[in-house]
Amino acid sequence: MPRVRFERVTKIYRRQSRQFFWRFLVETLGGRRSEPIYALREVSFEIGAGRALAIIGRNGAGKSTLLSLVAGLTAPDSGAIEVDGRVLALLELGSGFHPDLTGAENLRVNAALCGLTRRQLRQRFDEIVEFAELADFIDEPLRTYSQGMILRLAFSVAIHAGADILLLDEMIAVGDMDFQRKSFRRIRQMKQQGRILLCVSHVPEILKELCEEAIWLESGRIVQYGPAEEVIDAYAGGAPLYGGRP
Amino acid sequence: MRPRNYGFLLACLVARDFKIRYRNMSLGVFWSLLNPLVLMGVLTFVFTKIFRPAGVENFHVVVLSGLIVFSFFSLAWQSGTMSIYGNAALIKRVPMPRELLPISTVLANGLHFLIQIGLLLALALLAGYRATSLWLLLPLIFGLEVIFVCGLALISSALDVYFRDVRYVVESSTTVLFWLVPIFYSFAMIPPEYRDLYQYNPVAAVVLACRAIILENRVPPTSLLWKLPVVSLSFLVFGYLLFRRLRRNFADYL
Repeated sequence: MPRVRFERVTKIYRRQSRQFFWRFLVETLGGRRSEPIYALREVSFEIGAGRALAIIGRNGAGKSTLLSLVAGLTAPDSGAIEVDGRVLALLELGSGFHPDLTGAENLRVNAALCGLTRRQLRQRFDEIVEFAELADFIDEPLRTYSQGMILRLAFSVAIHAGADILLLDEMIAVGDMDFQRKSFRRIRQMKQQGRILLCVSHVPEILKELCEEAIWLESGRIVQYGPAEEVIDAYAGGAPLYGGRP
Repeated sequence: MRPRNYGFLLACLVARDFKIRYRNMSLGVFWSLLNPLVLMGVLTFVFTKIFRPAGVENFHVVVLSGLIVFSFFSLAWQSGTMSIYGNAALIKRVPMPRELLPISTVLANGLHFLIQIGLLLALALLAGYRATSLWLLLPLIFGLEVIFVCGLALISSALDVYFRDVRYVVESSTTVLFWLVPIFYSFAMIPPEYRDLYQYNPVAAVVLACRAIILENRVPPTSLLWKLPVVSLSFLVFGYLLFRRLRRNFADYL
């Protein structure tokens, strides 16, 4: 069963010196280190199969860092991270796309990056193209695609990749209304199959609809962790959009 | 990350690199042939009409054998060096074994190398050299060069993340090596005291070996046959170990 568990996880970024060489020397020799900036401070949470967790907070609160840690893209400075299951990060859809290659060629590379095997891709190719609604354009170069078409293609590859843990960063609302509705159905269906979802978004309605639980981060610390409805309302109440609540 | 078979991903990355390079060009993959042919023509003109060395037969085949070995080395190493930095988006967002990036870049260049080897063999046959069973050694020799460049690219691409100066060091080194690899001169012209040293340079060793096999129809010197694999494989092992040490912080430095 897929599972994600963080225990007192801390991630520190140091002020970036422009002189990489000196920074590298100092760090490898273990000498004096520059002032630390805490991206995450003692963050603990646990989430099991078939559940979805929303991560909310202001820009720079540590939301993306948290997702990067789950994906294993960076390592924590202290604390323990347990991730059971294959993670797929939709941190930025379409990483690795190249404008001169056709949709089908990009689809292949992207699918391989998402962890599909040759056989799985052969089986799911048509399904991916159909879900993305790109059957007529799949052999055209990607530079002729609209932004919406590119996102649909990447999103379709990702949800067909069969990962156990999906990380969505501001990428839930893709495409037009019909496509969004279809995507939502698909995501809910994946949750029923026992997949885990971690969502970052600034659209409270989407998060409330998809997630059971939420974490509110502020400067790398957990402010509140509990039922999605409650946490999201508290966050929205504490950070009003136009200076006061209506 | 759970262990998984990355063969398919590697194949996709190689195909991507290979396709991107000449996409949208009218001559497409023929550039792989045209580039060395043009250089071969120029060098042959300079060294047979202007400098006139004493009696080298089929100078164009001699030059071409050096050229394609060197140009693979130089292009693959340079693009391999840039492969981590150039794919920062992937490094930051996609969990995958990072060493696939420099290796796939080198292998994509290897495909062009393969086309050029075909050209060399065709020109050699046209010039009247005969294909012998010794030619079966060629895949081994060229394969060792690919391994050597993979090792170099692992080292330089990882270091380039931390010190962006590395790419210029690589660029200058290839310029220097153009003169230090026997491309337009033969191994016999090198003073004896330097010959041993030359054999430790895998690029020079590959040129020497492939000339021995194709042009002289003899087995390359045994000293070379052990130096080349030893140097190439140790570069690969060292490169991989260094890369593994450095890759941990890639995402934070890009």
